[in-house]
Amino acid sequence: MNTALELKNVSKSFGLVKANKNINLAVEAGSIHGIIGENGAGKSTLMNIIYGMHRADSGEIHFGGQHVDVRSSADAIEHGIGMVHQHFMLVPTFTVLENVMLGTEGGLMLRDGRGAALERLLHLSETYNLKVDPHALVSDLNVGQRQRVEIIKALKGGAKVLILDEPTGVLTPQEADQLFEILKVLRDDGVSVLLITHKLSEIMDITDTVSIMRQGEMVGHRKTSETSPQELAELMVGREVLLEVDRKPAKPGEVRFSAKNLGYTNAQGVVELEDINFEVRSGEILGVAGVSGNGQTQLMETLAGMRHLTSGSLNILGTEVTAADQTDPRIIRDLGVGHIPEDRHTHGLVLNFEARENMILGFQDTGLAGDGKLFDYTAIQKNCEDKMAHYDVRPPNPRLNAKNFSGGNQQKIVIAREFSANPGVLLVGQPTRGVDVGAIEFIHKQLLELRDAGCAILLVSVELDEIMSLSDRIMVLCDGQNVGIIDSAKADRQTLGLMMAGQRQEAAA
Amino acid sequence: MSTPTPPLPRWADLILLPIINLFAAFFICGLIVLAIGENPIEALGVMIKGAFVYSGGLGYTLFYTTNYIFTGLAVALAFHCMMFNIGGEGQALIGGLGAALASFGLGVYLPAPLAIPLAVLGAFIAGGIWGVIPGYLQAKRGSHIVITTIMFNFLAASLMVYLLAGPMLEAGQQSPQTARLAESTLLPKMADMLRPLGINITSSPLNASFLIALGAMAVFYVLVWHTRLGFNIRSVGQNQEAAHYAGINVARTIIITMAISGGFAGLLATNEILGFNHKVVLNFTAGYGFTGIAVALMGRNHPIGIFLAALLFGALTQGGGELDFEFQSITREMVLLIQGMIILFSGALAYMFNPPLARMIAKFVAPKDPANG
Repeated sequence: MNTALELKNVSKSFGLVKANKNINLAVEAGSIHGIIGENGAGKSTLMNIIYGMHRADSGEIHFGGQHVDVRSSADAIEHGIGMVHQHFMLVPTFTVLENVMLGTEGGLMLRDGRGAALERLLHLSETYNLKVDPHALVSDLNVGQRQRVEIIKALKGGAKVLILDEPTGVLTPQEADQLFEILKVLRDDGVSVLLITHKLSEIMDITDTVSIMRQGEMVGHRKTSETSPQELAELMVGREVLLEVDRKPAKPGEVRFSAKNLGYTNAQGVVELEDINFEVRSGEILGVAGVSGNGQTQLMETLAGMRHLTSGSLNILGTEVTAADQTDPRIIRDLGVGHIPEDRHTHGLVLNFEARENMILGFQDTGLAGDGKLFDYTAIQKNCEDKMAHYDVRPPNPRLNAKNFSGGNQQKIVIAREFSANPGVLLVGQPTRGVDVGAIEFIHKQLLELRDAGCAILLVSVELDEIMSLSDRIMVLCDGQNVGIIDSAKADRQTLGLMMAGQRQEAAA
Repeated sequence: MSTPTPPLPRWADLILLPIINLFAAFFICGLIVLAIGENPIEALGVMIKGAFVYSGGLGYTLFYTTNYIFTGLAVALAFHCMMFNIGGEGQALIGGLGAALASFGLGVYLPAPLAIPLAVLGAFIAGGIWGVIPGYLQAKRGSHIVITTIMFNFLAASLMVYLLAGPMLEAGQQSPQTARLAESTLLPKMADMLRPLGINITSSPLNASFLIALGAMAVFYVLVWHTRLGFNIRSVGQNQEAAHYAGINVARTIIITMAISGGFAGLLATNEILGFNHKVVLNFTAGYGFTGIAVALMGRNHPIGIFLAALLFGALTQGGGELDFEFQSITREMVLLIQGMIILFSGALAYMFNPPLARMIAKFVAPKDPANG
């Protein structure tokens, strides 16, 4: 066996938290190796150790059978490690070539380095089918193309091991397929690919071997051909999980929420939403699919009153809202709309506030904060304790600051707050982003319960699986426009993928 | 990336760390005193005696403390909304104008029980107006509050020079100051208030304004942590986006915060003008507005902390006068040096001792599971 990378008993602690405990890992040369685990399982820490951004407290790293001391990412690059981060690290105002050159300009004047870099870039893009125009500005590229630039950057130094951290989160299914094709070419050329993901389907589709992490430990190594999604999920969570959502057919009632020719143009005059029409009935979930950045955020924030719609109108539980009404989130909330924001850290929570204060955020003017002029902390505490118990927030400590909860439990605080208000209409954005498998199961169940209780739910998510398994109907956004609304029973990944790329479907439900 | 240190326990963060910072500041100052050929221990003794022991010393200390409480609260309230109010100096000056206008305009016609609250209110409202304009410009026009409040200090100073040298100048007076305010609006001296109760203290500038300062602390506490407005202020301060999401009117909250913040600074005039000078003199704010930033910083934006920090700065101001008096080679400027060191250690270098201290405590205290799961 030819091992490209081997870790022996690697451990890393942050203060009292053991992020990695005695990790052993062997990656064969010329293979695609998946690393899977819940959020906080220690995947990113481990990759940062390999890439030299953290130093291990103990343990050894071997590259190509040779023990090396990785002190910085420069060391790692020298030993043939390349990494594509989850968040791209490109300068948008530079061309592709300039971005690739970054860090290896070579000498005082740019001219010499540029020629060499261009040659290398063209060579790489030809060898691995990484099609991209060297002279295009990065800001003009789409997400898939930007990712290719990142891969070229990682490979330019002759990387033998390529680490990809959650690479498909921002891609359409078709773009993801193209990425996987590129990875296969790389593998056949002898490069080892380390693929970090929490999507079981990707692991099954593309990897040769897979390692599973849980709470800082390696809990198993499998050959992909000899395992199943069910086994992987159980290893990740440490108990049996329900992968499929048990969704009964919807019983839609009256229309509770509708948009007519809705448009939103931002302060710079850029049209971000155009001519959006939909209606959501009591007892149904309307999913909104699309590659992220195609107007989902603007749609959610416009519906929630955080931005002012600039054309068209909304009908919220019988109240007409037009561009002339300068709405704000307070007015919309008072009409009976709950809102789980897409980004809980930016909008849903005040991280430096205690849990009990977050549990009344948005409801500070209601009886939840006490009946009198002053805050009633006994009532606020009681409110938080009750909701924490009901929604299984852990640890159930109302005095703990929101920032000290795990991602899943932070989300549960937001969900507990919004669901308990018993909204007639609920806007849900990315309900399970950064949430672990166990909590996902719980959140999905709660959403369906609310639907069956008669709530009209609009669900935005970048996880196509989530949209498909929860929604009764699916609206697809592309470039701020509604491409079509289809019945989820008739939707498959292929159709949705084409719609996400902007192809209109004749068969609208 | 460096390894994050374990968090400091609350008691160490609130009590131990400030004491260490203070000690470090005094230590460096001690070295400097030593370098100019005086005995630092002796100098410290003189300062402490001057501030607390000598007859009337405590009265003076608390008089200065009162000023620092007002400006400290002003800075701290704005800071809860994440606004850096550098304009305490100007707001206090205009507060003096407000107190004087209330006194000259209404005070002359009213008895003390009505006139005093009106004059105090005048100081609060005038200071508030000087705070609310930068607040409005920040909230609605995006002009940075730091820049505008600094500019408003200059505006206030120029306005006061113009008024005191012109329209409000006392007839026949050579130095720029107003006539004596209406008697009914003057605050009684603490010594005079306590005498009927059978308590005799040495007469000093300490006056009823000290009680107003204590009241302001209580109001501050209730406002910030027990009212809806306070919740809104803290939400906007910690996360404007989340506050907007929660239906809080961010612009309005900023404007109201700056109004109250300016009002607190304006109350300084109750001490200096209504309680002590009894007329508006030039530059009566003497830098208290700026030192208020250090007081708020050291007091962690909490009224109790602000009181302690204000007491420290008050004692330094008073004790420093004694230093100047007792030692040939030590001048009043030494106090500025000590203040500077304290600001340096507890403000700019606030976290210098934090990591080693946290590691030391973590070694001694048995490791517990961290709170997060």
